[in-house]
Amino acid sequence: MSGRVLVGVKRVIDYAVKIRVKPDHTGVVTDGVKHSMNPFCEIAVEEAVKLKEKKLIKEVVAVSCGPQQSQETIRTALAMGADRGIHVEVSGKDYDSLGPLQVSKILAALAKKEEAQLIILGKQAIDDDCNQTGQMTAALLDWPQGTFASEVSLEAEKIKVVREIDGGLETIKINTPAVLTADLRLNTPRYATLPNIMKAKKKKIANVKPADLGVDLTSRLEVLRVDEPPQREAGVKVETVEDLVAKLKDTGKI
Amino acid sequence: MRALRLNLLFNSRSLYKLTSLAGVRPLSEHASAKPATFKPSDTTADHLIYTQEHFALKESLRKLIDQEINPYVDKWEAERTFPAHKIFKILGNAGFLGVSKPVEFGGLGLDFSYSVAVAEELGNIRCGGIPMAIGVQSDMATPALARFGSDQLKKEFLLPSILGDKVACLGVSEVGAGSDVSSIMTKAVRKGDEYVINGGKMWTTNGTQADWMCLLANTSDGPPHKNKSLICLPMNLPGVHIARKIDKMGMWSSDTAEVFFDDVHVPCKNVIGQEGLGFTYQMLQFQEERLWAVANVLTTMDSIIQETIGYTRQRKIFKQPVLYHQTVHFRLAELQTEVELLRSLLYRATAMYIKGNDVTKLASMAKLKAGRLARELSDSCLQFWGGMGYTSDVLVSRFYRDSRLISIGAGADEVMLGIICKYMDTLPKK
Repeated sequence: MSGRVLVGVKRVIDYAVKIRVKPDHTGVVTDGVKHSMNPFCEIAVEEAVKLKEKKLIKEVVAVSCGPQQSQETIRTALAMGADRGIHVEVSGKDYDSLGPLQVSKILAALAKKEEAQLIILGKQAIDDDCNQTGQMTAALLDWPQGTFASEVSLEAEKIKVVREIDGGLETIKINTPAVLTADLRLNTPRYATLPNIMKAKKKKIANVKPADLGVDLTSRLEVLRVDEPPQREAGVKVETVEDLVAKLKDTGKI
Repeated sequence: MRALRLNLLFNSRSLYKLTSLAGVRPLSEHASAKPATFKPSDTTADHLIYTQEHFALKESLRKLIDQEINPYVDKWEAERTFPAHKIFKILGNAGFLGVSKPVEFGGLGLDFSYSVAVAEELGNIRCGGIPMAIGVQSDMATPALARFGSDQLKKEFLLPSILGDKVACLGVSEVGAGSDVSSIMTKAVRKGDEYVINGGKMWTTNGTQADWMCLLANTSDGPPHKNKSLICLPMNLPGVHIARKIDKMGMWSSDTAEVFFDDVHVPCKNVIGQEGLGFTYQMLQFQEERLWAVANVLTTMDSIIQETIGYTRQRKIFKQPVLYHQTVHFRLAELQTEVELLRSLLYRATAMYIKGNDVTKLASMAKLKAGRLARELSDSCLQFWGGMGYTSDVLVSRFYRDSRLISIGAGADEVMLGIICKYMDTLPKK
């Protein structure tokens, strides 16, 4: 297989930032907050670049859906070794309500347009934890999927995927073209070296609008309210098991 | 005369037009102009000197620091050393040691603003010792070599230093000469096509681990500013003794050595550039060295302020957070203001420097301010941390110890003041 790989990269709030809910409870504060590439997307990019270095695929295309700033995320992918980028412009209210359903429609349309052989995504984003985009994209394209991949190997016209599942590890063989989603142990993403960061400047990022791809961004979901999790209360120590049962009964837990 | 007075009257009238007591609105071409809408504050598009590449560089370096350096800082501080070869190799592989160095020798040939970006990001390391050690490697022991050294010398010493294969150190200060560089005593006496070196150096950062030293020595008997040369000295030559590792108040993870030279033979071709110009070469790189130090400490000062806010927000005294007491949040506001002022000076000097201007005066002012502000800031913040601030478990006490060096090393405050006065032409005439 010597084709093109599409890698989805999402711009999310940096994992180290302390999240605060907006005073109007419509979402979390994003203004002025540090953002970076979703860690699972980094792993996806690393896997794609590795495949290219092994000469198993020809081109790595990094895709991101979002406002202007998403281009920074694409540039990081370019600095890691992706060949070119596609920025699907979504901003304002559309961006606020952008979710896996819309993104998977966009990715499916792009995969067809770019004649991609493989789509690699992170298994989930650390802001919404949906874990849906990969699966939805595969369904829309009617492609096989290898999700929670901790090991990927290309064999002739098939892909062998070792998946991390609740019971342990599952190995499957799927046909190409296919969708893979990266799990934590798939690889360790490389640092974007300074020479590659400077080289990335010359790589192209194409601008596309969802309408150009025939995608309707209307969301089926409406966010009613966002609240912080309840404050963790202090625990209570008890002396005996009888005390414990009594306390649990008292507070209506059992 | 009358015409002049009318003229003045006219001018003052037009001035008053804007601030008229009659309540006339200031002249506006677009009375129905749209109200100013501000871009979201996380756009990096309008930074004074940084481009997207600078920010990409910082992000990548930050990851490296978070994964390869910060998890081990406490351990290295306790051990009073850090694995320079290992860390410099990781940094070298990622291209961070040769940012402004020539491309032919493994560098990236970028302008000084990229070095400043690296210096800033290194301020995220949770101690002062390691950034200082990296700074010596990338911007103190190598600039003169990069600019004036022969190709052969660059291949032997510059290239491996940029790749992170060889650890460098700078040998300028001596036991008897710090601020007064011209009074150093280390001598390099010419014997055939070799120099024989005798003397010693002090305060040598990376000294116990270095593969080579950029050494400033007297190579002739001329006037003190014209008789010195910079020599690339391999540290494994017979006669080079690492006398001791100095036990310091702060910067613990950085090994600082006292070195002696006992009849050390080094080939004459190891002289950087022209013999006798060593002092000048050394002076030339000070602007960069000083701006680098400023960039580095600014990031750390931001972190200290943020950590202090975090601590005082949750720590309660007299039934409310420490932070809610006006003396605390007002003082932090004052300190943050000063940090931003210094940052502006840094960017201004950097912008002018990369355009080819001499920024010695501004760089000296920035270094002076950085050292003093770091002392004030660490002192105030430590106070707000109370008893906890006095323990070894918190960053603020480490910062208090580490940052004290800034007013002393790389040009003491008093030297900075002397330079500024020279530019202000206020020094006593001979």
